[in-house]
Formats: sequence, C-alpha cells, structure tokens
Amino acid sequence: MAAIERPVAKPRPVYLNLLAIRQPLPAIVSVLHRISGALLFAVGIPLLLWFVQTSLASGDGYAAAFAPLSSWFGKLVLLALAWAWIHHVLAGLRHLALDLHIGVDLAPARKASAVVMVVAILLTLIVAVRLW
Amino acid sequence: MVGGPVDRLAVGAHYGARDWLAQRVTAIVMTLYTLLIALIVLWHGGLDYATWKAMFASAAFRVSSFLFMVSLLFHAWVGMRNILMDYAKPTSLRLALQIVVVCVLVAYAGWTAQVLWGGP
Repeated sequence: MAAIERPVAKPRPVYLNLLAIRQPLPAIVSVLHRISGALLFAVGIPLLLWFVQTSLASGDGYAAAFAPLSSWFGKLVLLALAWAWIHHVLAGLRHLALDLHIGVDLAPARKASAVVMVVAILLTLIVAVRLW
Repeated sequence: MVGGPVDRLAVGAHYGARDWLAQRVTAIVMTLYTLLIALIVLWHGGLDYATWKAMFASAAFRVSSFLFMVSLLFHAWVGMRNILMDYAKPTSLRLALQIVVVCVLVAYAGWTAQVLWGGP
C-alpha cells in the first residue's frame, strides 16, 4: 500500500488566555452563574443558617441577627450575597427556558443574557437603596 | 488512570442526565419556597420576632424549610462538583476538594436539623 504523503503538520498557535479573549455575553452570564453559586455555597448557606438560628433564639437574638446590618461591612456582605442570589436565580431561569428551547438562537440568547445581567444589577441596586 | 481495562475515574461524571434533572427540580423547589416566604412577609406587611417565631412553630413550615434546605444542599453538591470537574484537573486534587465539599454539606445538613428541630 502506498503511503500517502502528508505535509508535516505545523504546530498551530494555541491562544487560550481567557482573560484576553473577549467573551460573549452568554459566557459572562455563565461564569457569573458559577461564581455566584460558589459564593452562595461557601458564604451564603452558613450565614443563612446562622441568621435563622440566631433570630429564632429570643427577642434579643432577633435583634442580634440584624445587628451586622448596622455596619458598612455587614451591608456590603449582604449586598454581595443578594446579587449572587438574584443573578443565580435569573441565570437559572434562563437555563430552564433554554431547556424548553426558548431563546436558543444567537440573538435571543444574547438578549436574554443582557436581561439577566441588567435585571440582576437593578434588583441589587433596590436592595442597596433599602439597606442604606 | 488512562488505558486500563476499566477506563473510568471514581470522580468523573457518568451520571449526567439524573443530575441534570435533579438540578432543575431542586431549583424549582427553592424558587417556590422563596416565593412562599415573600408572600408570607407581604401578607404580614413586614416581619417581627413574634411573626417569625410563629412561622417556625408550624410543623408544615418546618418541613417546607427542610425540603428547601435538602434541595439547596443537593443543588450545591451538583454545582460544586461540576465546577471542580472543570477546574480541578489532577484527580487527587479533585477528589480531595470533593471530599471537603461533601463534608461541608453534611455539616450544613446537621446544622439545619439543629436549627429546625433542636431549638429551645
């Protein structure tokens, strides 16, 4: 069998610096979905359990559970978690819509991603206004 | 680990469809619970200690809260495992981190039971 002459493959440039590639909007929403989820796992769940436990202990405990919100740092932590929760839920709803074949095409996918980003930020701003 | 007769990693994903469904079912349970909380708070026109305490005095609310927390913890497991599968490449590191996540989730589950049924 005659060997087929193949040109020697040139090493192709690999360019996978994720920070230098301009990510499409759905990719940004997706990675924020992961970051917000990890944040809720590591910080959100323990704080939620602490809050419910402390607030149910007594009337004083109820006040103590809200006490961190009188400091800037406490407000900032709650605001970050509020954003994480809101973004995660909205991005999740988008996933459910995609499962139902809604918004799968490129233009609707981009549009829905933009809606998720913007609405999450707007709702977080409302939380911020109520906190301060 | 590659090329053996059984080319399969203990910490790999070979159970995608089941987790895909579970992730969505738990998400819907959590969304419904969140809406329930929002409705209760709106119904009472805000929240105070007496209302809060009365909510958790109801067995039905405690069971709903437990269902929410179980959904949350399972959802967190699927999500954290997916993240680790993508970014923690060495199998030993991935296994170690997954064990940490499982231990944390079991601790959260114990804490949840304590909060819901171990109270004064």
